[in-house]
Amino acid sequence: MRKFLIAAFAVAFLAGCQSTETQSPAPIEEPAPGSAAAGAAAGGTAGGATTSGVTTSGIGGTAAGGGLSPALKDPKNILSKRTIYFDYDSFVVKDDYRAQVEAHAKYLQTTRAANITLQGHTDERGSREYNIALGQKRADAVKQLMRVLGATEIQIETVSFGKEKPKSDGHDESAWAQNRRVEIIYVGE
Amino acid sequence: MRCLRLARFLLPFVALALLAAAPARAQLDIDIIGGSGTLTPIAIVPFENENNWPLGITGIVGADLVRSGLFKLVDYAGIVPRPTRAEDVRADDWRSRGADAVVVGSMRAVGEGRVEVRFALVDAVKVKQLAAMTYVVTPAQFRATAHKIADVIYQALTGDVGVFSTRIAYIAKQGPRYQLYVAEADGYNAQVIVTSNEPLLSPAWSPDGTRIAYVSLENKKPVVYVQSLETGRRQVLANFRGSNSAPAWSPDSRRLAVTLTKDGGSQLFLINADGSGVQRLLSSPGIDTEANFTPDGKAVLFTSDRGGTPQIYRLSLGSNAVERMTFEGGYNVSARATPDGKGFVFVRRDGGRFQLAIQDFATRQVQVLTAGPQDESPSVSPNSKLILYAAEQGGRGILAAVSSDGRVKQRLVAPATDVREPAWGPLPR
Repeated sequence: MRKFLIAAFAVAFLAGCQSTETQSPAPIEEPAPGSAAAGAAAGGTAGGATTSGVTTSGIGGTAAGGGLSPALKDPKNILSKRTIYFDYDSFVVKDDYRAQVEAHAKYLQTTRAANITLQGHTDERGSREYNIALGQKRADAVKQLMRVLGATEIQIETVSFGKEKPKSDGHDESAWAQNRRVEIIYVGE
Repeated sequence: MRCLRLARFLLPFVALALLAAAPARAQLDIDIIGGSGTLTPIAIVPFENENNWPLGITGIVGADLVRSGLFKLVDYAGIVPRPTRAEDVRADDWRSRGADAVVVGSMRAVGEGRVEVRFALVDAVKVKQLAAMTYVVTPAQFRATAHKIADVIYQALTGDVGVFSTRIAYIAKQGPRYQLYVAEADGYNAQVIVTSNEPLLSPAWSPDGTRIAYVSLENKKPVVYVQSLETGRRQVLANFRGSNSAPAWSPDSRRLAVTLTKDGGSQLFLINADGSGVQRLLSSPGIDTEANFTPDGKAVLFTSDRGGTPQIYRLSLGSNAVERMTFEGGYNVSARATPDGKGFVFVRRDGGRFQLAIQDFATRQVQVLTAGPQDESPSVSPNSKLILYAAEQGGRGILAAVSSDGRVKQRLVAPATDVREPAWGPLPR
């Protein structure tokens, strides 16, 4: 049974290359003898309810696609700089990043069809859920500054990954400093 | 196209997986590393005919009781004939062995693939039967039956409801892959219910035991899902603009509190279990998150930085009054109300170490339960006696458990896997 489940899972995975899959477990709730639930639970075993298709990344915004400037990817252009780092326990955009934030804000101001997502991150210390909120606070701080500098509200979505997607896997101050950040992602690139 | 290349790369691994004798499931190994002051000595005599079946029921019963940290097993060898009924238990046999209680029983096939399992729990000093049950089950149900027997014994001897028949959920990370597992409380029969290439967190059981809510980052932002345990089908509970996280069920399983940033800032909302009817729970200028209902459904504990540092507050749902609960230290988060209604468990930071503590509602006294340094995500057992949580050992995530008085300590380790975010399921109905 277990080999069948592995094979079924593997085949489904390979066939669809899904990034997320859900399965129903073999009956782990053993019903009382003679109960009607026995049949229902047994029926849930084979195959499982796998979601089909590729998971889409619906984060809203217009599909800017070909409308995005190549400057965004040009390493000589400040617009290719997409990361803003933060000090410990801080949610203030440091002066070092002012020019970078301003450049993106001006781009958004002049390219109304462009939309971005600001992804907030924290270092690994503390509660996962509280860190989701802290990462959000960082993303919101960058958004606030961008709006002051010319971008509009609807062009910017702020989300948080908390401590779930660190840039550095280390457990020291230098790793933590690399993880406290906001990433600027242009929708459609 | 990338998919095909990936498929070809994976093929040899799939072949290996098919050939492997045992599936690579993150089964948890559970060790006791600290016990209660006085352990009740109990003898569990193998049931008559137990050896006719491969799964030793009494072995599981003994393991359950020892794992609770309240019992130690007494040797039963040398008592002839083997006692199998309450009336077979003689005080003389057990006095020298120091047993306070003895468990005896028998099994016999009763046709149609079913087996009758009888047992009795006897006070070894007074030679008085304390409990007895008979079950008629199939061998596939032996494990569950052993847990039920352990529950009966535990309740008879401690006065508390046993949790050996409950399940736990947890997240396992292996490289880039995240999986949400559901296992029996002793770590066995771990089964995957979600697999993803992106982080999963915050699993939360519905109190009726039928669904699990969780947060997934597969959409490149936090989204809350509710998934049926029976069918494996899930629906989006909350995918509003911004981040959606921290699901917490109401005691009647009909609604959840969630943290949404759709109106600017992390704030608390209530939402029906089918995703309809979003309503704001309260407002603050800063961060409100990690909602957790008290068992009577009348209040919600939550984390807020409205006072300048993250602390735990309690919102009374009737009056909308908000009361601050924690006052020691600059970081108190992740409150989980204990099912007995007496208080809550939470995480505090003390000099850089994250540790678990418990606070009593009535006395407001705080007892620190663990040393840290990276203890987080507490989840309380349905009988309020044990707290499951995430910890770190050797640079890897493990689960651990501590009793509500801090004495019993367990460590739950999955080989070659990072485990985190445990959630203790409800009592079976």
